[in-house]
Amino acid sequence: MQSTTLILLLGFFSIGAFYLGRGHSLSLVGGPGKGMALHSLPGYYGYFVAIWVVLPALTLLLGWVLIEPKIVTALVVSGLPDSYQSLSAGELNLLVNNIRNLASGDVVSIAIDENLRGAADSFNDYLAKSRQLLAVLVIGLAALGGAFAWRKIHPDLRARNKVEGVVRWALIGASSIAVFTTIGIVLSVLFEALMFFQKVPATEFLFGTTWSPQTAIRADQVGSSGSFGAVPLFAGTMLITGIAMFVSVPVGLMTAIYLAEYSTSRIRGIAKPLLEILAGIPTVVYGFFAALTVAPWVRKAGESAGFEVASESALAAGLVMGIMIIPLVSSLTDDAINAVPASMRDGALGLGSTRSETMTKVIIPAALPGIVGGILLAVSRAIGETMIVVMAAGLAANLTANPFEAVTTVTVQIVTLLVGDQEFDSAKTLAAFALGLMLFVVTLILNVIGLHVVRKYREQYE
Amino acid sequence: MSTELTTRQKVEAGLARRRRKEFTFRLVGMFATAVGILFLVIFFATLLGKGSSAFSQTFLQLNVEFNEDVLAPNGELDLIYADFDGLIRTALLNELPDVSGRGERRELYRLVSIGAGYQIQEMIAQNSELMGTTQSIWVPVSANVDMLMKGNIDASLDESLRPLSDWQIGWINKLDQAGRLDKKFNTALFTNGDSREPELAGIKGATMGSFFMLVVTIALSFPIGVAAAIYLEEFAPKNRWSDLIEVNINNLAAVPSIVFGLLGLAVFINWMALPRSAPLVGGLVLTLLTLPVIIIASRAAIKAVPPSIREAALGLGASQMQVVFHHVLPLAMPGMLTGAIIGMSRALGESAPLLMIGMIAFVVDVPGSFTDPSTALPVQIYLWADSPERAFAERTSAAIIVLLGFLLLMNLTAVIIRKRMERKW
Repeated sequence: MQSTTLILLLGFFSIGAFYLGRGHSLSLVGGPGKGMALHSLPGYYGYFVAIWVVLPALTLLLGWVLIEPKIVTALVVSGLPDSYQSLSAGELNLLVNNIRNLASGDVVSIAIDENLRGAADSFNDYLAKSRQLLAVLVIGLAALGGAFAWRKIHPDLRARNKVEGVVRWALIGASSIAVFTTIGIVLSVLFEALMFFQKVPATEFLFGTTWSPQTAIRADQVGSSGSFGAVPLFAGTMLITGIAMFVSVPVGLMTAIYLAEYSTSRIRGIAKPLLEILAGIPTVVYGFFAALTVAPWVRKAGESAGFEVASESALAAGLVMGIMIIPLVSSLTDDAINAVPASMRDGALGLGSTRSETMTKVIIPAALPGIVGGILLAVSRAIGETMIVVMAAGLAANLTANPFEAVTTVTVQIVTLLVGDQEFDSAKTLAAFALGLMLFVVTLILNVIGLHVVRKYREQYE
Repeated sequence: MSTELTTRQKVEAGLARRRRKEFTFRLVGMFATAVGILFLVIFFATLLGKGSSAFSQTFLQLNVEFNEDVLAPNGELDLIYADFDGLIRTALLNELPDVSGRGERRELYRLVSIGAGYQIQEMIAQNSELMGTTQSIWVPVSANVDMLMKGNIDASLDESLRPLSDWQIGWINKLDQAGRLDKKFNTALFTNGDSREPELAGIKGATMGSFFMLVVTIALSFPIGVAAAIYLEEFAPKNRWSDLIEVNINNLAAVPSIVFGLLGLAVFINWMALPRSAPLVGGLVLTLLTLPVIIIASRAAIKAVPPSIREAALGLGASQMQVVFHHVLPLAMPGMLTGAIIGMSRALGESAPLLMIGMIAFVVDVPGSFTDPSTALPVQIYLWADSPERAFAERTSAAIIVLLGFLLLMNLTAVIIRKRMERKW
C-alpha cells in the first residue's frame, strides 16, 4: 500500500514543518524571548508551513488515486491487439477484469494466452510507474509548498488569520457533508429509478397489482418477463406498519403518561432506562426474535382460535416492530407532555378535576400537535424498518388485509432484489432503486412534517 | 325541597364514577409500562435459554495413532493432501470394533466433525515428532451429535424423523457410558470464521469485520461530526445555507438506514468502484449514517457550555477560533464522546445497509485488512438465523448475546464518561 505510506510520510513532514516554521519565525525576530515582535503566536507560523506542506500534496494524492485506475486501464486497453478493440463494452469490461485479476494473481475466468499475459504485465508495469511518479510528485509538491511558505514567513505575516481561514473552510466543508449526502441519496436513487421507468411505465409500477420481479437472466432463457406492479408491496407495508402502530401508539402513549404523571420517581428511575434498552437492541435481533419465537406463538394461538395462519404472518412482524417503536413514541410523547406549561395542569387540578381528567381533557389536547408529530416520525420509522420484516415477513406479494397471511414490504423487496446475481441494469435490480425512491420520498415527507410540527409546537409554549 | 340538585350534589353523584375512571386509567398506564418491560424480560429469558448452550460443545476422546504408513505412504509427508481423516476413522473403528459393513461405517464416521482432520493436520504441522506415536486427543463431534447430547434431538422419535439413525444413537450411548464424550467450552465459536458446519462456525471473522468497520466509522465520523457541530453552533451565519444544512441533518437522522445502503451501492461501489464486501465501504456507509447522530449530540454538548466562558476568553483577546478550540471544545468533549459512543453502538447494530453493499457474503477467512471481504456481527446473526440447522439457531442466540454484550459495554462506557466528566454549571 504505497498511498498509505505516502500519507504517513506526509504526516511526519507536517510535524517537521511545524517545528521548522515556528523556529524560523522566532529566529527572524531574534530568538524565543522576542515572540512579541511577531504578528501572531509563533505556533501559527508553524501551522502555516505545515498546511502548505500537507494540503496541496494531499489533494494531489487523493485526486491521483481516484483517477489512476481509469487511466491505467485505458492505457492497457489501447495497448491490446486490434482484435480486442472491436469488442463490445460489456465484453471489454470482462476482459479488463480478467487482466486485473491475472495481474494481482487471482483466479481468471478465461484461458490465459500471450496477449492476456502481456496485458497483465503491462498493467502491473503502468501501475508501478504510476506509483513511482506519484511518490515523486507528492514529495516534490510537499517540499515546494514548504519552501513557498518558508519564504513567506515574515514578522508581519498574519499567520493566525490565514490558518484560521483554512480551519474555517474545513469546518464549513465538514458541515456541508450532510447536504452532499442528501444530494447523493437523491441522485443515486433517482437516476436508477428513471432508468427503471424507461423499461417499466411509472403508471404500471404505481398502480399495477401484480408483483413478480423474476426476469430472465439470459435473453434465450425460459422465464417470466416480470411484472412490476408495486401496489401489493405498498399494501403489505401499510398493513405491517398499521399493526405496529396499533401496538406502539397506545402502549407508548400510556407509558409516557403513567411515567410522567403517576409513577413514583423510583419506578420512573427503573422503568425509563429499561425502556431505553428496548430502543438500543439491534433490529436484526428483533427480527430473529420475531421469526423464531413470536411467529410460532402467533401461529399456535391463531390456530387454536380456528384461524389459518401463515408461518410468516404479518401479525408477528407487526407486533415485534410495534414493541421496537414503543420507546420512540413514549419519549416523544414525554417531550410533548413536558412542554405543556405547568400552569395549565395546575389550573385543571385546582378546579377539581382528577388526574386522568386533567390528562385527557387538558394536557393531551394541548400536547396533541407534538404527539401527532411524534407519531408521524414513528410511522416513518416503521415504514423504513428492514431487518424485522426481512426475517419475519414473507416474500409473497399478496394483496390482502388479513394480518394472519404472509405479506411482503417495500424494504423486503429492495433487499431481495439487490442481494443476488443480476446485471446491474436489469429491470429487476433497477426496480429496487425505484422502490428506494418511493421509500425515501414517503419517509422524507413524513419526517419533514413530523419534525416541523414537533419543533413548531415546542416553540409555541416557550 | 326542590327536585333540582345543587352543584355539590351533582358533583358528589358523579364522584364514584369519576374515581373508578381514574383508577382504570391508572391501571391501563401501569399495564402499558409493564408491556414493554415484560417483553424485555421474555426476550432476555428466551435468548439466554436458547443461547447459553452454544458456549459449550461436545468433544469425543479418541486414541489416534499417527500412523506413518497412512500419512506418508511414499515416505514423505504432504501436509495438505495427507489422509488425516483416515487416522480419525481408524481410531473410531478401534473404539467400536463391532461396526461392520460400509453403510454402518459411513454412519459411524459422520459422528465426528470434519474439523477433526484439520485438528490432526495442525498438530503435525506444529510438532512433526508426533509421527508414529499414539495420542489421546479430544475432537469435536458433529453438530447433530452435539444437539443430541444437549437434549435438542428427541431420541424417542421414529428414526425417519430425526437426523441420527438408531445405530448412531446406540454408538453415542456406548461412547457416553465409556466416558469418552464430554462437554467443553466452545472455543471455536470465538476463534473461527464462518463455516457451513455449525460445530466449526465462529464469530471471529464477523467480529473483526465489525471492528474494521467501526475503526473507519469513528475515524471519519467523529472529527467530521465535531467540526460540523462547531461550525453550526459557533460560526454559521443565519442564512439559507445554514438553514439548509440544519434541515438536512435533522432529516438524515430519520432517513431509513436501507436508503443509505442504496447510496453506498450506487456511489461507493458502482461509481467509485470500491471493492464489494469490504469493511472500508461498510465503514463509509456507516459514517454517513452516524454523522447526524454525532452532530446532534455534539451540538447539544457545545450548547451546554455557558456563554460566560466564551465572553471571558474573548475579553482577554482570544480570537473566535481560539475561544472554540482552547475553551469550548475541551469543555464540551465529554458530551461529544458520549454522543460518539452512542453513534458507534448504533453503527455496530446496523445491518440493513450492509446487505446492500455485499457484506452478506459467506466469508470463511478472518479479514485482516480494511479491504478484505468480510461480514459484520449483525449480518452474521442474520445469516445464521436463516440457516435451517438446529445447531445454528443456538449459535445465533450466542452471537446475539455477544453482540448485546459489546453494546452494553459501549453504553456503560458512555454512562461512565458522562458521570465522571460531566460538569454542572
